[in-house]
Amino acid sequence: MPATSRSAAQIGEHAALQVRNLDFYYGHFKGLNAVNLDIARHRVTAFIGPSGCGKSTLLRTFNRMYDLYPGQRAEGEILFRGMNLLDKKQDVNLVRAKIGMVFQKPTPFPMTIYDNIAFGVRLYERFSKSEMDDRVEWALRKAALWEEVKDKLSQSGLSLSGGQQQRLCIARAVAVKPEIVLLDEPTSALDPISTAKVEELINELKSEYSIAIVTHNMQQAGRISDYTAFMYLGELIEFGPTSQLFVKPTVKHTEDYITGRFG
Amino acid sequence: MNVYGRRLLINRLGIGVSMIAMAFGLAALMWILWTLFSRGFAALSWDFFTHDTPAPGSAAGGLRNAIVGSLLIVGLTTGVSTPIGILAGIYLAEFGDTSKFAASTRFVTDIMLSAPSIVIGLFVYALMVVTLGGFSGWAGSVALSLIAIPVVVRTTENMLRLVPASLREAAFAVGAPRWQVSLKVSLRSVRAGVVTGILLAIARVTGETAPLLFTALNNQFFSTDMSQPMGNLPVVIFQFAMSPYDNWVHLAWGGALLIALLVLAINVGARLLFRQTNTP
Repeated sequence: MPATSRSAAQIGEHAALQVRNLDFYYGHFKGLNAVNLDIARHRVTAFIGPSGCGKSTLLRTFNRMYDLYPGQRAEGEILFRGMNLLDKKQDVNLVRAKIGMVFQKPTPFPMTIYDNIAFGVRLYERFSKSEMDDRVEWALRKAALWEEVKDKLSQSGLSLSGGQQQRLCIARAVAVKPEIVLLDEPTSALDPISTAKVEELINELKSEYSIAIVTHNMQQAGRISDYTAFMYLGELIEFGPTSQLFVKPTVKHTEDYITGRFG
Repeated sequence: MNVYGRRLLINRLGIGVSMIAMAFGLAALMWILWTLFSRGFAALSWDFFTHDTPAPGSAAGGLRNAIVGSLLIVGLTTGVSTPIGILAGIYLAEFGDTSKFAASTRFVTDIMLSAPSIVIGLFVYALMVVTLGGFSGWAGSVALSLIAIPVVVRTTENMLRLVPASLREAAFAVGAPRWQVSLKVSLRSVRAGVVTGILLAIARVTGETAPLLFTALNNQFFSTDMSQPMGNLPVVIFQFAMSPYDNWVHLAWGGALLIALLVLAINVGARLLFRQTNTP
């Protein structure tokens, strides 16, 4: 591993999240090996790499989603506001409220559009009806969905189209006012027009949120991200500003991947 | 004969045989329903619902006490077994995935599902009737609950297992604690299936006779006192159908038709509900 990739991984004091010597295990299988990197505040960080390289695994350590499955464990440090997220004493639910996540497939809850947004907000904030109305509208506007659903807030979230459902999920994540939003291949199940809308949205959201996105689509990573991390077989191969990584990668492996020679 | 012709023949033969089998099964069912309707329909009158079971030798009468008794016993059974069954189902599907306790609960539930109802009746007889000194509506409800609970547990667990992991993860991802994820997201997304399970459990216990023979017994007078023996449709049908009195036999047919219609209505309702909420 060249030293340059390690040093480039340090964003310094502008980091929203700092990953230090992170190892991850699925039972006896080691899924991540000594990962070090920073997620920059109010920037978009993209994770690319072939299937099974550990990019989703890495993302799922940031909100400790792996906790749900016995046998999966992480070692090392993930620093968020000076706390180690991997600390056993950490309140996982609180972490997840501060670090939101949107998944590959749209996953609206089986409730109305309004309640889809309000569900997460109610968990941590006591709001009057009008305050909640405001927050729901605010979140739906953030996700560029308000104009399309404002007249049918009491309809089921499942009645929306796939692209709308995914924006609803983004609105739901944003509504609880997290600091970081994790996106796990958020557009892989969407058509090109919906994809464009979501990408536009990501671009707007980064002024207020730090965003980490896993994507299989290298053009997408190039279009929307400020930093890119290339992963392979559980290791972080190269990490740096997107413009630099795509134009002048320092590692041969990265170059081979982004030019389509493998993967 | 060429290959195509032979396949055509085998095909027709196969369809023919299955049609005959279907006709046979359906004919038996139709026969039962027809007999029920032709003999029972005449018994369904105003008196049938407003008069109590007649004493031996007296004329006419109705099944009011048995209908009310059945409603009370089955109603209490539903009220008891629904919450217990759903909560146990949630535990098995959402919390006790790997624990020994859950595995043994699942095993016992499966045994209970296939236990002959007469054994359950006998068990409650020994447990409640003998020790508490008499037959009672309470004992009847306990026996029926023991039959209904496993059905509700199993359907709830099976339905919850159909909830995609992605939906559960999405609920955890906004910071929801486990119980809220289970109740407000997982259970909610399969509520039609769970309600169907409850309805099918009710349909199953509505016609159970053996457990009630040992527990609620029967009561020829109108009573809403659950601590006393209580009239109920299955046992009344059982006793009246085999009696020498014409009006008793007549009432038994009426009662049989009533139960059949009730179970039919519950089943149709369950299917409609399931279909409605599963086609978005």
